[in-house]
Amino acid sequence: MRERTGLSGIFYDRVLPVGTVVAVIVVAWYAFAVLLNAPFERDQAARAGTEISTSQLVSNTMAQDRPVLPAPHQVASEIWETTALKKITSKRSLVYHGWITLYSTLMGFVLGTGLGILLAVLIVHSNILDKSLMPWIITSQTIPILAIAPMLIVVLNAIDLSRFLPDALAGTHVEYIVKDVLPKALISAYLSFFPVAVGMVKGLRSPDVMHLDLMRTYNSSRSQVFWKLRWPSAVPFLFTSMKVAVAISLVGAIVGELPTGAVAGLGARLLTGSYYGQTIQIWSALVSAAVLAAMLVMLVDLSSRIVMNRMGMAR
Amino acid sequence: MSVVIDAKDLDLTFQTNDGPVHALSNINLQVQTGEFVSFIGPSGCGKTTLLRVIADLEKPTGGSISVNGVTPEQARLARAYGYVFQAAALYPWRTIGGNISLPLEVMGIAKAERTELIRKNLELVNLTGFDKKFPWQLSGGMQQRASIARALSFDPDMLLMDEPFGALDEIVRDHLNEQLLKLWAQTKKTVVFVTHSIPEAVFLSTRIVVMSPRPGRIHEIIDCDLGDDRSLDIRESPEFLAIAHQVREGLRQGHSYDD
Repeated sequence: MRERTGLSGIFYDRVLPVGTVVAVIVVAWYAFAVLLNAPFERDQAARAGTEISTSQLVSNTMAQDRPVLPAPHQVASEIWETTALKKITSKRSLVYHGWITLYSTLMGFVLGTGLGILLAVLIVHSNILDKSLMPWIITSQTIPILAIAPMLIVVLNAIDLSRFLPDALAGTHVEYIVKDVLPKALISAYLSFFPVAVGMVKGLRSPDVMHLDLMRTYNSSRSQVFWKLRWPSAVPFLFTSMKVAVAISLVGAIVGELPTGAVAGLGARLLTGSYYGQTIQIWSALVSAAVLAAMLVMLVDLSSRIVMNRMGMAR
Repeated sequence: MSVVIDAKDLDLTFQTNDGPVHALSNINLQVQTGEFVSFIGPSGCGKTTLLRVIADLEKPTGGSISVNGVTPEQARLARAYGYVFQAAALYPWRTIGGNISLPLEVMGIAKAERTELIRKNLELVNLTGFDKKFPWQLSGGMQQRASIARALSFDPDMLLMDEPFGALDEIVRDHLNEQLLKLWAQTKKTVVFVTHSIPEAVFLSTRIVVMSPRPGRIHEIIDCDLGDDRSLDIRESPEFLAIAHQVREGLRQGHSYDD
């Protein structure tokens, strides 16, 4: 096949395949919107005792106030109105809600990744911990955390972790983090530590026997084996599991926002939307969450490329 | 000359799921300083295992062995040898210079001295100027040369080499054999070399230990001094062919060619 470079290369390798899939999705979305929203229109027409033409029906299904499935352009214009046309401090701005969600996503991701790495290091260095911890780590993910997260949030809010802070921190940003962000972040951390722990156990065990023997011939200490061999070998595994972890952290944060009395965050938008039957609001929150997830995964991927390049492992 | 490696009635039995495997049986061998000793034999004859026992990467189950007059473990802790594996085993995230620096970092040698040692050892294996390259940017032969430089970097008295050129093509292998011989003459190290190539063993060694399998044991030790200053041409000389013939006969008697 002929090598394509430059702009036409980007078009054929990236834009065309992705664009095709997006186009197919949009077309299918419109089709389903018409299909799902049509019964309501027919119903309306029947009640009014009028006939409705097919073209009228189709155009009506795409312009309902509370459609069963909003059409893509309705969601797009809602997103446009609630991002670009609102001040980002406004409670109706998706940027504001997205930021709230992003904040606890990142905090949970950092906590979860840290915990995952810590567990993996302990497991790799101790047979006893390998045997005792690993089953619990697996078990932890069989608990339907998404189902009990609302309860957990309610409990954590009742305990109010900020009580344990020194008085000097009252009213500061730290209090806000501990009180409002941490409970949601803990859900994210609970979900995201798992892929990191499993990936890192595999990564830290990935050096082959020859590399380990080599360190042994140098009479190197355990910490030297760790820092000079196990850790660098595990870096590719770390990034792969971080990609999963960051997406799952976002899910955790959104779920954590559902029961907070619907104050703020994309999860709260989903909840208020469903309270008031605002399907367009629900879908625009969903689409923003998907875009946010994609951006986070791309960011992890980008940092992975940079690190791998520096480590000489990118070909 | 003094004795560097002294093995007496050495035995090693691996316990496997299929029952015990006699990897080494009744090994008696002395290696003097400055010698170039090759272990040759078919696979399963225990030549790599014997090298690993010397390096304290395996523990014998019977008999005794001393390295530099102490146990292999004490010798390893004193960093008595550099080990070269079948594959170059360079760390892919380190440059060639970084790889050679690895043992030096482990041993706590200061930065300035490390830089100097990297330069010196790269020069020794004719890789000057490659220190900033990553391993995948080098050919297989160059990678193996870099791994030899790494083994030599902390100036051990002894070089243990486990089929270091086994994975390379014959032309590269010939070239590296010549270079290794020069290196040996230059550094005066004791070299223990595992191979399954008869010409390689005869060309390089001062003594050839012919081993035979099941159980792994020494069949015969053949003296092989073709004098200093050998070149590849020597391999067509009658002396060379006579020793090669002797090695092949030894291997045959040790049932190396049996099915």
